[in-house]
Amino acid sequence: MATAAEVKKLAALARIKVEDAELEKFTKEFDAILAYVGQLTQLDLPQDVHEEKPLLRNVMREDGEPHVSGAYTAKLTEQFPAHDGDALSVKQIISHD
Amino acid sequence: MTKLNEMTMVEAARALRTRECSVRELWDACVNEAHVRNKELNAFLEVFDTDDAALRAAQKRIDTEGAKAPLLCGIPLALKDNILLEGKVASAASKVLEHYRATYDATVVKKLKDAGAIFVGRTNMDEFAMGSSTENSAFGPSVNPYDAGRVPGGSSGGSAVALAAHLALAALGSDTGGSIRQPAAYTGIVGLKPTYGAVSRSGLIAMGSSLDQIGPLTATVEDARILYETIRGKDIMDSTTIPDNLYPAHSVSKSLRIGVPRHLLGDGIDADVRAVFDASLDGLVRAGHVLVDIKLPMSAHALAAYYVIMPAEVSTNLARLDGIRYGLAERGETLLDDYILSRTKGFGEEPRRRILLGTFVLSSGYIDAYYRRADAMRTVLRREYSTAFEEVDVVVFPTTPSPAFTFGEKSDPLSMYLGDIFTVTANLTGMPAISVPMGYVNRAGVSLPVGIHFTAPHQAEDVLFAIGSAVEKANNV
Repeated sequence: MATAAEVKKLAALARIKVEDAELEKFTKEFDAILAYVGQLTQLDLPQDVHEEKPLLRNVMREDGEPHVSGAYTAKLTEQFPAHDGDALSVKQIISHD
Repeated sequence: MTKLNEMTMVEAARALRTRECSVRELWDACVNEAHVRNKELNAFLEVFDTDDAALRAAQKRIDTEGAKAPLLCGIPLALKDNILLEGKVASAASKVLEHYRATYDATVVKKLKDAGAIFVGRTNMDEFAMGSSTENSAFGPSVNPYDAGRVPGGSSGGSAVALAAHLALAALGSDTGGSIRQPAAYTGIVGLKPTYGAVSRSGLIAMGSSLDQIGPLTATVEDARILYETIRGKDIMDSTTIPDNLYPAHSVSKSLRIGVPRHLLGDGIDADVRAVFDASLDGLVRAGHVLVDIKLPMSAHALAAYYVIMPAEVSTNLARLDGIRYGLAERGETLLDDYILSRTKGFGEEPRRRILLGTFVLSSGYIDAYYRRADAMRTVLRREYSTAFEEVDVVVFPTTPSPAFTFGEKSDPLSMYLGDIFTVTANLTGMPAISVPMGYVNRAGVSLPVGIHFTAPHQAEDVLFAIGSAVEKANNV
């Protein structure tokens, strides 16, 4: 059973605010969804599944062949909510008071 | 003569080369139809202005290269709104990205541009590809061209409508749990989810990164094959793309062995959908293919595993949208307020629901019970299918248990999720799957299309095209 307090906690972790009316709805839906996916906890799964190595692996790209420096700077800067030249402006997070 | 915008890609390519029509006439036919019908259908979130230079270049290429020009040269395509086209908005049908302009071309877009294809517009979808109806779009749902009271399916619903209503000759969608195949089934067209890693996701707005694939929605299986061949291939920009022949090769025999998991076809499928399905199988048998009874004992639990893995990946992928670097940026007193306000205002109900679910299944008290077990289920399913593929070439299901549903009919999220029962397994195992029109069922006096769904082993797309063509032939397409 999910509780409203749990859903509120999850929302806080996910940086989302859930209004009280929605909280009740989400909590009820959570119960139904978790009851359904909860069938997984009842399954007898083989022990060796985590030993199997899929053929598609080691997917990190090698370093190298960077694009030309600055090629995307103007386009990216345009998307910034606020900027100072090429720098992204953000809120001051350390106060000097 | 067939109207220009109602031709298949192959027919249009031929007409362009025999001078029956020009690239511009073909473009105008699609775009004019899009302007006339989009208000009613809401297939496109934006119909692009005519790119005269692109039209001229495509025409010139056909004139000079003729048969050697790529088949897609001059063909008007629709693009799902989560695939980046440089300089154009790519919103994923979300308020968060409503004004976001793509800073580069997705690899699939680059490949299509290189082939001379031209883009009609960006198509409506469920927000961040989360949904099966387009009802979760922040910009209103798309409408099924067969019945204005019904959804076109989703999440690639706009792409499906654009094609089914002849506003483009083919479309690209993305498929995380059935988002290409289900709307294809609901609108009477072909939809392919390629093998995981077959098509680059560079420039696709991510939903579930271990599940997502870009794929074609087309009028015919042959068109799907051509579009797929154009966009596929290893890409340095997406390290999850696979080389050719990573998996064992599968030959395409004239008589295909079709695995029918009858134990999964019991309750929950509409009787008339089942009847059309059985008739399609009979047609395939008459054409020389063989039905084989198979058992997939753990597949009944695939949907539960999917609805753990997918929200887990959603919550992770959407964490980047915090109102700081791009997208909707609300401002409060503190930095934390900035995050919370931007995310709360930007995300619709379904993304928020899935972010919360994902946060739950990944949290320390529950990760073993949910996420790790779901992950283990993927291996179990892969083994189960691999075993089945020792005896059969493809596994068959109806694409959906029912035809397109009415707006609002599935307001309870779990009932919406259950409609994905036959499509999610291919995403969990990474295997390719196709939906092909198999016939019609009647609802309230309206004929609605339904689809038949085949899954093949990894990288055995050719087997899917063969069986898909066999269905078309049996249906006299």
